[in-house]
Amino acid sequence: MGTFITFPELLLWLPLLAGIICFFVKTETAAKAVAFGGSLVVLGVALSSLCYTDAKFLTYNAVNYIWLKELGTGFYVSLDGAGRILTLLTAVAFPIIFLTTYKNSYKNAGAFFGLMLLTQCGLMGVFVAKDALVFYFFWELALIPVYFLCSRWGGEKRIQATFKFFVYTFLGSLLMLTGIIYVYLHTGPRISEGVVVALHSFSLQAFYSATLSAVEQGWLFWLFFIAFAIKMPIFPFHTWQPDAYDQSPTATTMVLSGIMVKMGLFGVIKWLIPIFPLAVPKFANAVMILSVIGIIYASCIAMVQDNLKKLVAYSSIAHIGLMCAAIFAMNELSLQGIMIQMFSHGINIIGLWVVIELIEQQTGVKKMSELGGVAHKAPVLTIMLIIIAFANIALPLTNAFVGEFMMFAGIYQHSIWMAAVAGLSIILAAVYTLNMIQKVFYGNTNHTTEKINDISFAQKLGLALIVVMIFAFGVYPQPMIDLAKEAVNGLAIK
Amino acid sequence: MNNVLQIVWLIPFLPLVGFLITGLMRNNLSKSAAGFIASAAILGSFALSVFVFFQVKTGNTHVAYYFDLFRINTLTVAFDFKIDQLSSLFLLIITGVGFLIHVYSTSYMHDEDSKDFSKYFSYLNLFVFSMLLLVMGGNYVIMFFGWEGVGLCSYLLIGYWFKNNDYTNAAKKAFIMNRIGDLGFLLGLFWLISIVGTVSYDEVFSAVNLAKLSTADVTGITLLFFVGACGKSAQIPLYTWLPDAMAGPTPVSALIHAATMVTAGIYMIARSNILYTMAPATQNVVAIIGLSTAIVAATIAIKQNDIKKVLAYSTVSQLGYMFLGLGVGAYTGAVFHVMTHAFFKALLFLGAGSVIHAMGGEQDMRNMGGLKKYMSITNMTFLLGCIAIAGMPPFSGFFSKDEILAGAFAKNPLLWGIGVVGAMMTAFYMFRLYAMTFLGKFRGTHEQEHHLHESPKAITFPLIVLAILAVVGGWIGIPEIFLHGGHKLEAFLEPVFAQSNAIAAKHEISHNTEFLIMGVSVLLSLLSLLFGLKIFSNYKKENEVPATGFATVLENKWYVDELYNKIITQPLRTLSIFFNYTVEKKGIDGFVNGTGKFVNYGSRQLRWLQSGQVGAYILLMVIGMLVLFIIQLFIKN
Repeated sequence: MGTFITFPELLLWLPLLAGIICFFVKTETAAKAVAFGGSLVVLGVALSSLCYTDAKFLTYNAVNYIWLKELGTGFYVSLDGAGRILTLLTAVAFPIIFLTTYKNSYKNAGAFFGLMLLTQCGLMGVFVAKDALVFYFFWELALIPVYFLCSRWGGEKRIQATFKFFVYTFLGSLLMLTGIIYVYLHTGPRISEGVVVALHSFSLQAFYSATLSAVEQGWLFWLFFIAFAIKMPIFPFHTWQPDAYDQSPTATTMVLSGIMVKMGLFGVIKWLIPIFPLAVPKFANAVMILSVIGIIYASCIAMVQDNLKKLVAYSSIAHIGLMCAAIFAMNELSLQGIMIQMFSHGINIIGLWVVIELIEQQTGVKKMSELGGVAHKAPVLTIMLIIIAFANIALPLTNAFVGEFMMFAGIYQHSIWMAAVAGLSIILAAVYTLNMIQKVFYGNTNHTTEKINDISFAQKLGLALIVVMIFAFGVYPQPMIDLAKEAVNGLAIK
Repeated sequence: MNNVLQIVWLIPFLPLVGFLITGLMRNNLSKSAAGFIASAAILGSFALSVFVFFQVKTGNTHVAYYFDLFRINTLTVAFDFKIDQLSSLFLLIITGVGFLIHVYSTSYMHDEDSKDFSKYFSYLNLFVFSMLLLVMGGNYVIMFFGWEGVGLCSYLLIGYWFKNNDYTNAAKKAFIMNRIGDLGFLLGLFWLISIVGTVSYDEVFSAVNLAKLSTADVTGITLLFFVGACGKSAQIPLYTWLPDAMAGPTPVSALIHAATMVTAGIYMIARSNILYTMAPATQNVVAIIGLSTAIVAATIAIKQNDIKKVLAYSTVSQLGYMFLGLGVGAYTGAVFHVMTHAFFKALLFLGAGSVIHAMGGEQDMRNMGGLKKYMSITNMTFLLGCIAIAGMPPFSGFFSKDEILAGAFAKNPLLWGIGVVGAMMTAFYMFRLYAMTFLGKFRGTHEQEHHLHESPKAITFPLIVLAILAVVGGWIGIPEIFLHGGHKLEAFLEPVFAQSNAIAAKHEISHNTEFLIMGVSVLLSLLSLLFGLKIFSNYKKENEVPATGFATVLENKWYVDELYNKIITQPLRTLSIFFNYTVEKKGIDGFVNGTGKFVNYGSRQLRWLQSGQVGAYILLMVIGMLVLFIIQLFIKN
């Protein structure tokens, strides 16, 4: 326990604080200012934490408070490996989200921004928690505000969409909670300063060394996996996602698609594979096959979507499927690939939403068949979109290329056929992306797109930041790779 | 590190800067400024390439390392450039022809808005940048950067006039077909990585790593690489995008779809020549696919009436010859043909552009004719280009094509025989094109006739330079039988192919045989050239009879597009719709919503149990106790 405040604590409490202030702020402008300012401070903290990644700064990055000692739990949070990348993503994404949706007006804005920041706090918590109870707590904290955000500020069919989202994630949470309790009951006693304080322990380390038979690990694996699979989502647990993306307010959709899906991936990396080492080799192929089916399935559906938002949703399902397959390939290449890709995917998809939001707001249309010729009216927007869209399909020199390259190379080393089949998505992704560009941006303008304006300064700035990151990590991804090295070395079997 | 060649990063850097300036400042740059900046960037690269070439000629080759793209325990990929004989030769072709095409474009694209004009030049610069990365990269990953980069630029430039839906369709087709090839290339690369754990040329081609590759490995890898080459270099079955790519501005067709990008596949195989030499099975596949493409594309070219389409199919066909050369192990011949083809095909395309320009956008040769009178420079240079591609000595095409055909003969005379038939068709359709365009009477409208004029200097200058190269460009590779030590190119490229030459089986053919096969092929081509000239020099639209039988098949390009549509595009669409409606909406969503409904329904039914009547509760309690009692009883027994 340090005598000063640590980075993970700052990352948790700052969004929470800003969020609480937002709830009490009266005017929309003030709420926006607090939210944006708060998210900037969080970004500052996350960036400065990058200067202290060395092992000798452990006391800056980890803290363990006594909490419900008799239960064998503790408020244990720390920043490392995959968590560091994802907290960074969360910290980078929120200011961009607030910036690019700055013009949107919300009823009861204080509550809206308060809930958004609460989500940020929850997300940070998930990525830094080193105690199962804390993890579960933040997992729920990240989800609950999203229900409200979607059901109160969403589109026409928001109730239906929220309901489906709720059913899915609630089921997942329930399965995971059951699993957590079961594993907890098989952990060793919690010892604090040489004294046994509880019979079992919720700490991550205790979970890693829980005494579980292969059979137990087998079914526990699926309990956890389904919870994470719903979150990612992996075929066939994905149908909540297109509707939720379609109906949520855009800022929330950005959080959902850019960051929240990473909770599932993160869960698998940190809370599934190391806890059930006996089950992983047994089921890795099954999970990978499911993922690969999902990649092709979602890519195919994306090709016949007319709704822009659903197109992006299905494209995201395909990309996440690839990441999930890469995790279970379990070699250094695939794992390093997914670490960078988690960040890149988050950035890129937020960029796509910015563009779609702008088009939908100005025309009231999200059907591609009703759009066209946007390039004439909004050339800057078009250029940004083309860059982001091509980054999304992993063109070289963009951020997604290195990640995808490594993931495919890693999957190949695990199974040639899976790499070959999953590789078809490279082609399918080009098909739906180019279709989208052609239908929305090329051709002649029509009466809906006639009145469209090019992007505002705030949006231009937000998108420019994204584009800069796309190229920076596309040309020189090594810093991002180094950031996740320890996590990967701990997991890789080769 | 102190090698002077360390500065080669400037070669791709200049076009990149040109791209950024013309791209970002497109609203503020005047047309002449944009054209000047873009052309100057390429000229700068060309000057550097010349310097590099002379360095390499003195024996100074170098791998210029800059930084690690990524580095993990099991794989390191460096950002480095390999400067050797092969890459320095390609550098000259790319920047040299590229520069001429930039100059040409400043005039050809002058009717565009200044904003679009800048955009055009920025794409062109980006293209040259990508192509340079492709040939300079010191490993397969950097090559792949350029590989996909040229695909992207091709997409952007084909769809340059993006209002037109047909054009954007063509652009899309080009990118997607290229991506099919790219997947093959990537899988080959992953295979290579999984065996040797490196992507750098020098390491992969080292004896230690080559020894790790079994015959199956090397065959598989080279076949997958070849799939990539088929996409990029428009070979069967992935060639159909190239003719459609003619939707782009004509200088783009000259640069990308004739002189540079499409030769990427040849470069890649020439670079990996040792792998191919180690895999004779793949070599046979390459030779057969190359030859088939050469023939099929030539047959289609015979029946096309769009001047650019004829040239496009001729490009596909000539690329087929290059692959034939690679397949039979005549690596120098293939690279030689890349070079001469770059000269005469760029010349022909630019000449066609000059014609189209004069005709006010008309591309149908049936409406041309007699242009010789009006456009003397274009006519003269175009004629030289036609003679060169027809393989008449001593024009450049003769030397390179002859080398490939001699290589084919040494491997199998049948390959040579079919190759000669293709060469005859080439001579025929090229002179059909020439005759229909420049000879006879003018068949266009009066208005067009009134407008006919020779093109401005910015257009004719590149034509003249390229025409000279198309004539003399072959003289650096004069066969041994004519001049001892005449094949300077072979001597120059020798180090690149040394490993292959050391292990390849030698099929020497005697000098007499060589003279004979050369004579036969030239004579037959000449006859077919004259035949084409005779039939079409007095072409009349009125005499045209509707095509019947086989001619219809050729006119419709063997119905390949229709076939692909039937067996790939349509089924894929049907499958996707099936996924979307049946599996997704009815299946999975139906199940989820069904579960929700079931819970609702169940709860409503359960509600009746909570009637609020104490009697009912007691009844339920008693029933429950009885059930438990019975269970207990059975378990005990």
